[in-house]
Amino acid sequence: MLSKKKLLLNKIHNFTVNFGPQHPAAHGVLRLILELQGEIVRFADPHIGLLHRGTEKLIEYRTYLQALPYFDRLDYVSMMAQEHTFALAVEQLLNTKIDYRAQAIRVLFLELTRILNHLLAVGCHAMDVGAMTPFLWSFEEREKLMEFYERVSGARMHAAYIRPGGVSMDIPKNMLQDIHTFLVQFVSRLNEIEEMLTTNRIWKERLVNIGIVSYTQALEWGFSGVMLRGSGIPWDLRKNMPYEIYDSLDFNVPVGKVGDCYDRYKLRVEEMRESINIIHQVLNCMEEGAVKGHPKITNPLRLDTKMSMEGVIQHFKYFSENIQISTGETYTATEAPKGEFGVYLMSNDSELPFRCKIKAPGFTHLQALDNMVRGHLIADVVTIIGTQDIVFGEIDR
Amino acid sequence: MNNKNIALFNNTLPIVFLQKCNTEINFTTQIEDLSFLLKILKKSILFQFAVLASISGIDYHNAIYRFGVAYDIYSIKFNLRLRVSIFIDYLEEIDSITNIFPSANWWEREVWDLFGLFFKNHPDLRRILLDYGFEGHPMRKDYPVYGLTELYYNIEEKRILIVPTELSQEYRLFSFDTPWENGI
Repeated sequence: MLSKKKLLLNKIHNFTVNFGPQHPAAHGVLRLILELQGEIVRFADPHIGLLHRGTEKLIEYRTYLQALPYFDRLDYVSMMAQEHTFALAVEQLLNTKIDYRAQAIRVLFLELTRILNHLLAVGCHAMDVGAMTPFLWSFEEREKLMEFYERVSGARMHAAYIRPGGVSMDIPKNMLQDIHTFLVQFVSRLNEIEEMLTTNRIWKERLVNIGIVSYTQALEWGFSGVMLRGSGIPWDLRKNMPYEIYDSLDFNVPVGKVGDCYDRYKLRVEEMRESINIIHQVLNCMEEGAVKGHPKITNPLRLDTKMSMEGVIQHFKYFSENIQISTGETYTATEAPKGEFGVYLMSNDSELPFRCKIKAPGFTHLQALDNMVRGHLIADVVTIIGTQDIVFGEIDR
Repeated sequence: MNNKNIALFNNTLPIVFLQKCNTEINFTTQIEDLSFLLKILKKSILFQFAVLASISGIDYHNAIYRFGVAYDIYSIKFNLRLRVSIFIDYLEEIDSITNIFPSANWWEREVWDLFGLFFKNHPDLRRILLDYGFEGHPMRKDYPVYGLTELYYNIEEKRILIVPTELSQEYRLFSFDTPWENGI
């Protein structure tokens, strides 16, 4: 009998489970191979690439203007943050500065985008853990934000609004007033979400002390954004390497203490509050002025195309050939809502980019998933994927 | 440490040359010095480039050294970015830096996947972005943008088939020789 039991024990192995690629909690198309010992995860191997579209290769065959909309489609919940990084990279190669108003509009929309992203991050995270309601509330707010996108660019999501040299057009009348009205009511929506979650016992049980990342681990694994700040590292590119008008704005960078999922959830909410603060400041310091920079890198005004032959030629050349950039390379990174989004752009005297490497924050976060979930229960895998704010568009590129 | 005085280490670090593009600094090093240099840059108290932002492969196509690999690192302590790049031939092997920066793992897998550059001593050099069993390295410049194979579900055979790409129209790339002055 005893020997039989021993034989049986020898036969028990860890078993392997396929998580995804169609699992709703996998945030898209993540195929995760989990090695389980009972309910405890011993090893996780993420298989990515199911949404690979070859963006980097395609960009090598597009002009700088044509390449821009691909960036919307990378991380499809924080669209403008990414076109902005590309636009900045192009401006860096051209070594141009843009006007104040264009910069202010950019910052305005970057922060709206941050709210847009964090609403989805918190909402979906809550839904993964089992709270349905905050998801619905946050999507209602997202809808309003996307209306602002629509009003400036005509598209709800893939705006292609921030372009090299400025933004594609000036904001419509009363827009700033409406954004203000939105912000005023949004604070109480945010409070409602927090009331629902922050002190909720179930929510805390699922999040506190789950997926702890230490200070050194966060650096070793190349984390950025909320994942890095959650572990207590005050590193925000808006503060540390300011771009646009961020250096003239007054805002705080919230930092976590423990480095668990709960800290990161609170950081996201806190960042939304900071974004509200930033947008209020931008609304107050908005000035009249041009929204497009150097006439050679932006399309001419509609009036010019109607009134002058030069304008027509300029318009045609801009949209067919676009701009040529002399040889150079740049790694431009900005603080996208998910972390450091970087574009490594090389130009070679032609109208096509020579190489455009996209550094997606989620890629390095997902890479560390294995280390984060080891020893946790299988239900916590969902929590950790949620806290990493994974979006496959940017990871698979 | 800042942008200016890092250039002073030009002679002490194993660097072939130092490049400055606008405000960005680029160290070019030899392939055998790479992991040593990165280790110094990460561990030395003078630099503390603790975080690896990304590793990017570059295909220069017609150059003597066909490929390049660029390592973007940054120092949280000194608020500084730096790029270390190497130029390599086709068949050369690059030392994996996963023992220095654990986050290099997937970036190196990606470079292997898309460019076919081999990393020595990498713990797990599989394809990452592309399909299981994919052939070729599509980010190379000689790989056509429309691909060599296409994949579809065959309703009669009830399975997914991979067939050579058929274009109904030849691929056209509109490239202009412009009368405008080059570079703005």
